Amino acid sequence: MRKFIVTGAIALAALAAGAFAAYGESVSASESEAKPPHRHWHFEGPFGTYDRAAAQRGYQVYHEVCAACHSLSLLAYRNLMELGLNENQVKDLIKDIQVPDLNDDGAPIERPARLSDRFKKPFPNTAAAAAANNGKAPPDLSVIVKAREEGPDYIHALLTGYVPFDKLTPKQIKEFDVTKDDNFNKYFPGHKIGMPPPLADDKVTYVDGTKATTDQEASDVVEFLAWASEPHMEDRKRTGVRVILFLLAMAGLMYAVKRSVWSDKH
Amino acid sequence: MASSHGTPPAFNNKVIAWIDHRLPIFSYIEKEYHTFPTPRNFNYFWNFGAIATVMLVLMIATGVVLATNYTPHTSMAFDSVERIMRDVPSGWLMRYLHMNGASFFFIAVYVHIFRGMYYGSYKAPRELLWILGVIIFLLMMATAFMGYVLPWGQMSFWGATVITNLFSAIPVVGDSIVTWLWGGFAVENPTLNRFYALHYLLPFVIVAVVALHVVALHVHGSNNPLGIDPKGPQDTVPFHPYYTMKDGFGVVVFLIVYAAFVFFSPNMLGDAANYIEANPLVTPTHIVPEWYFLPYYAILRAIPDKLGGVLAMFGAIAVLFVLPWLDTSRVRSCSFRPIYKWFMFVLVIDVVVLGVCGANPPEGWYVPIAQLATVYYFFHFLILLPVLGKIERPRPLPPSIADAVLKKAG
Repeated sequence: MRKFIVTGAIALAALAAGAFAAYGESVSASESEAKPPHRHWHFEGPFGTYDRAAAQRGYQVYHEVCAACHSLSLLAYRNLMELGLNENQVKDLIKDIQVPDLNDDGAPIERPARLSDRFKKPFPNTAAAAAANNGKAPPDLSVIVKAREEGPDYIHALLTGYVPFDKLTPKQIKEFDVTKDDNFNKYFPGHKIGMPPPLADDKVTYVDGTKATTDQEASDVVEFLAWASEPHMEDRKRTGVRVILFLLAMAGLMYAVKRSVWSDKH
Repeated sequence: MASSHGTPPAFNNKVIAWIDHRLPIFSYIEKEYHTFPTPRNFNYFWNFGAIATVMLVLMIATGVVLATNYTPHTSMAFDSVERIMRDVPSGWLMRYLHMNGASFFFIAVYVHIFRGMYYGSYKAPRELLWILGVIIFLLMMATAFMGYVLPWGQMSFWGATVITNLFSAIPVVGDSIVTWLWGGFAVENPTLNRFYALHYLLPFVIVAVVALHVVALHVHGSNNPLGIDPKGPQDTVPFHPYYTMKDGFGVVVFLIVYAAFVFFSPNMLGDAANYIEANPLVTPTHIVPEWYFLPYYAILRAIPDKLGGVLAMFGAIAVLFVLPWLDTSRVRSCSFRPIYKWFMFVLVIDVVVLGVCGANPPEGWYVPIAQLATVYYFFHFLILLPVLGKIERPRPLPPSIADAVLKKAG
C-alpha cells in the first residue's frame, strides 16, 4: 500500500509539473497588461452548463453589434436551435438576412438565409475586411474563447476595459504613445487596440426585457461565444460523468479481483 | 528464462489445436502471456509498460478515425479539425481523446523511463531492450511533433518553423536539408502533406519496435524492484492471472485521470494560440512546444550558440543510448544504492526545472537557471554516474526475491 501511495504521489507530481508549466505560459503571455478579473460563469466546473437565456441575448448582441465587423464562419444558423430556440424561432431570427449565392446562370445574387447556411460574413474576403479596418482584419469569433488564455474572463475584461483618452494619466500616454484617435484598453497586449469601444449601456434593446448595461451585454456575448467555441461542452461533461463513474466502479472491481488473485502470494 | 517453459500446451479445442499446429500463435500467447514466469515482487511502477501499450493502441484507433475526416491542406486543415469538433458525430470525443492521449502517452512513457533508470533495468543483460526503448521514445517525439502541426494553428506553424530551422545549424548542408524537409522554401502545403503522411506512418513503426522491445524483454524476463535475478519458481508467478490483473487495475486507474482531462479540461495541456489559424505574417509573442518537449526546448535555448544548442538538445537524448555503459555500478536497483538514489530524485527535479524554464521566455533568471540545469543534466549522466558506481558502497542484496518478499510480509 505504501508503494502504491508513493507511485500515486509521483504520478500526481508529474501531472502537477505539466500543469505548472502550462500555468507558466499563461503568466508569461501578459506582462504590462492588467490580469483579467475572474468572473463566475454558468458553464464553469464539471457540471456547468450554458445559460440559454444569456446565450440568446448574446446572439442578439453579436448580431446587432459584433457582426458588423466580425465573422463567425464555423457556425450555421441551424446551430442556434441548440440554444433552446425552435425551428420557427430561428427562421424568424434570420428572416431579414440576405446571403450571397449564385443563380442558375452562375450570376452572383443575394437570397434570404436558410437554416443550413453558415453565418453571413461581414466582408467578402480577408483583404476587404482589412481594407475596411485600417489594414487589419477583425478576427473570426468562432473559437475566440478557446483561442485566448482564460478566454471568457479575458474577453469580458476586454469589452469593458476601455479607458477614454481624457482619463489616461500623462505617464500612460507617454509610455504607450497614445493619441486622441487611439483606443486604449487596459487588457489588450500593448493597450492600443484597433476596435473602438463596441458596447455601451442600452446599445441593444433586449427582447426579454433584461436591462442592457455594458457589463450585461459583455457577459451575454461571452456566454454566446463560449457556446460557439465549444458547442458540445454539455454533452462532453455529461459523458465524462458517466465514463468516470464507470471507470471508478471498474477500478474497484479490478482491485478486488486482483487482491483475491494475489491472496496466496503475500 | 523463455527457453525453460517446458512442453507446448495441448489444446482441447480442435480448431485451436489445428491452427496452432500450423501457426503457433496460441502456444505463443500461452507461453509469453500466461505461464511466462515473472518476478513476484513488482510494484505499481511496473504497470506503465502496459499503460503505454494501451495508450499507443488508443492513439492509433482514434487517429485512424480522425484521419478519415481531416483535410491536409493549409487552407482547409484548421477548419477541418473544427468540423470534426462540431459536425462529425462524436468527433469532439475522438479529437480530445487523441489530443490529450498524446500527453498521457508521454506521461506513461516518462514514468516508464524513470522506472527503468531507478531500478537499473537498462543494465546487462537488458542493454538492447533499453536501447529499443530509447528508439521508441525518439519515434514518439517525431510523431508527436508532426501531429501537433496538423491542426495548422499558430503554434503548429511556428513550432514547425522553429524545429525544422534547427537543421539549418548543420554546417555546409544545413540550408539544403531544411529546404528538403520543407519541400519548398518555407513551411507550406508540401510540409503539411509530408508531416501528415509521416504522422500516419510512424505509429506503425513504433508498433514494430514495441514488438522487438517485448521480444527482447521476454529473453531474460523483467527486472524487478530488488534488481536481482529470480533464482527459481519460488521467486516468480505466472504472468496470468497475477500481472494481467495488476496491470488491468493500473490501466483503469490511469484512464480515470486521463478521462478527467479529456472530459472536463480538454484544453488545459494545450496552448490557446493553437486555436488561432496559422498565419505566416504574425509571429506569436512566445513560441512554446507542447509540455512534454519543454525540458529539451530549455536545453536548446540554454546554449547561446545555435549549433551548440541543437547538439545539446540531441545530446540530451543521445546520452540515454549509452546509459548502460555510463553506469559502472554492479547493483541494479536504487533501493540498494544509498547515494545514487537521491541523485535520481535530483535528476527528476532538474528535468522539471528545465521544463518550467522551457515554458517561460528566455529572459531574466530563467536563462542562468536553465543553463545550470542543463549543465547538471549532463553532469549527472557523464560524470556522476560513472564515478559514483566506483565509489558508492551499495547495501547488501537479499539472497532471493522470495526471501525478501516473505520477510517483508512477516
